Amino acid sequence: MVVTRVVVLGAGVAGHTAASFLKKWLGSKVEVTVVSPKPDYNWIPSNIWVGVGLLQPSQVLFPLAPVYARNGIAFQQGKAVAIHPEGEGENGQPFVVVESTLGGEGGKLSRLPYDFMINATGPKLAFEATPGLGPGGNSLSVCTADHAFDTARVFDDLVQRMKRGERKRFLVGTGHGLCTCQGAAFEYIVNLEFELRARGVRDKAEIVYLSNEYELGDFGMDGIHIRRGGYITPSKIFTESLFAERGLDWITRAHVTGVEPGKAVYESLDGSEGEIAFDMAMLLPPFRGVGLKAFDRAGGEITERLFAASGFMKVDADYTAKPYESWRAADWPRTYQSSAYRNLFAAGIAFAPPHPVSKPRQTPKGTPITPAPPRTGMPSAMIGKTVAQNIVDMIGGSAEPTHTASMAEMGAACVASAGANPFTGTAASITVFPIVPDFETYPDYGRDIRHTFGEIGLAGHWIKIILHHLFLHKARMRPFWSLIPE
Amino acid sequence: MTGPKVYSPVEKAQLRSAYYATRPTGFTRYLRTSLPWQVIRFVLLNLKMIRIIGMSHRGKR
Ligand SMILES: Cc1cc2nc3c(=O)[nH]c(=O)nc-3n(C[C@H](O)[C@H](O)[C@H](O)COP(=O)(O)OP(=O)(O)OC[C@H]3O[C@@H](n4cnc5c(N)ncnc54)[C@H](O)[C@@H]3O)c2cc1C
Repeated sequence: MVVTRVVVLGAGVAGHTAASFLKKWLGSKVEVTVVSPKPDYNWIPSNIWVGVGLLQPSQVLFPLAPVYARNGIAFQQGKAVAIHPEGEGENGQPFVVVESTLGGEGGKLSRLPYDFMINATGPKLAFEATPGLGPGGNSLSVCTADHAFDTARVFDDLVQRMKRGERKRFLVGTGHGLCTCQGAAFEYIVNLEFELRARGVRDKAEIVYLSNEYELGDFGMDGIHIRRGGYITPSKIFTESLFAERGLDWITRAHVTGVEPGKAVYESLDGSEGEIAFDMAMLLPPFRGVGLKAFDRAGGEITERLFAASGFMKVDADYTAKPYESWRAADWPRTYQSSAYRNLFAAGIAFAPPHPVSKPRQTPKGTPITPAPPRTGMPSAMIGKTVAQNIVDMIGGSAEPTHTASMAEMGAACVASAGANPFTGTAASITVFPIVPDFETYPDYGRDIRHTFGEIGLAGHWIKIILHHLFLHKARMRPFWSLIPE
Repeated sequence: MTGPKVYSPVEKAQLRSAYYATRPTGFTRYLRTSLPWQVIRFVLLNLKMIRIIGMSHRGKR
């Protein structure tokens, strides 16, 4: 029997989903190897609760090796650094170069041959894009469980001081004009506010949201419109209402140019400059591709053929540069097959989007302030599964991928926590269809208003708790894991 | 020497971004954590989400 070798780079939502389904569907016909620099799986959405001290990192992490061992998937702890899709010299066997991240191996390089490869390396957290941004600088993050744990410690310390009567200012938001993932900043700020109330020090805190969104509620999706209370209402109205109700202030249309100790400096879309002092700042970084390189058979660098300038991998999208008015739903990829090599795919955040979703804007000086397009967990997992289906088909003899998962044809269900307590907590439950607006099919708002919905309440929090356990159960590949939808 | 500007009540109210935002009434806030109402919402929200997930998996509208 011919065994096909599939290498999956990355063990996040997209890569882990793809690897587990491939093995489940093809069993011994396939040899699946997952490469990831960290030994653990992280259920990232719950990092928010780690960041306010409600969960410990161990509750959002678990070791991958035993799960993979149990399910016949090989695991190599390391970081992919280069792809050789044509092999090398006389040997046409494609391979990827992996740098070990195991302690004691000191960055040892090895070659991993493949017949199919899925790049699911997610984002590089590009803190360096803004001087002083991030845990190595003057602000905090919740993007990894470790970051979130450190953030919780600072938060806790400030709460103790507030209990002694000191007043503190918290700044939460995006640390650059091109950030995405505003949903995470939103969740963090409302959870922080909820916790300050729960700990009896809300009156000592000033909480400010600083964002690159044009309006609150943009979320990198150009906002959404929700039918509710007899009106079709833009998400700006709901988000502002939520913030106003909680006494949160906000500054939008801002590109943070630098984070100094206790102070963030920013440029606004109208060209003005501002600064805001803080006692604690949690500012998200912009995302880039992780910086994989690619080489042809002769050893010549072909990184630009495989990857966009952002470092994300080019797939079957329409990357022609076009003005906002010409953007179409059909620009978005459907199969996630590399535009250069048919046995290469990208899944999750790792694929290069054709353009943003939010309207691009820039300051008079030319600084872009536009949220990058969102790639949340549900589409990332669905793309991972679709790529796995395509590889199954191609192994079975299909010349081209047959399954599609365009973000302009799929919806998303998202539950954003707004305070974690089984009786007094709430969460915003949102459904959108499709994620990327399609103005040709839905001329008014680009989305199907019948299926685009939002509501805040305790029921949403219960769903969020259930999802936390369900998705960890699924990721651990425990009984019936494959029945749990993405 | 001039001290910090003293704002009038009308200025103070309008200084906050929140002044221009929609605010929920007490009843709306009550419903958000009212147990019987939220149990009903829980069922309906799950149905809505299952529908979206189903539509997305089928890749059609
Ligand atoms: C704080 C926070 C909260 C969020 N909350 C939500 C939410 O509530 N709902 C939601 O839907 N989405 C949420 N998201 C977004 C969601 O986490 C992402 O959409 C999802 O993780 C993307 O999956 P991915 O597999 O593409 O990337 P990731 O999950 O980031 O996985 C990438 C993987 O690649 C590995 N990797 C990196 N470099 C290399 C390399 N060189 N070689 C090999 N492997 C590599 C990484 O270690 C990791 O295992 C949140 C994000 C953040 C930061």
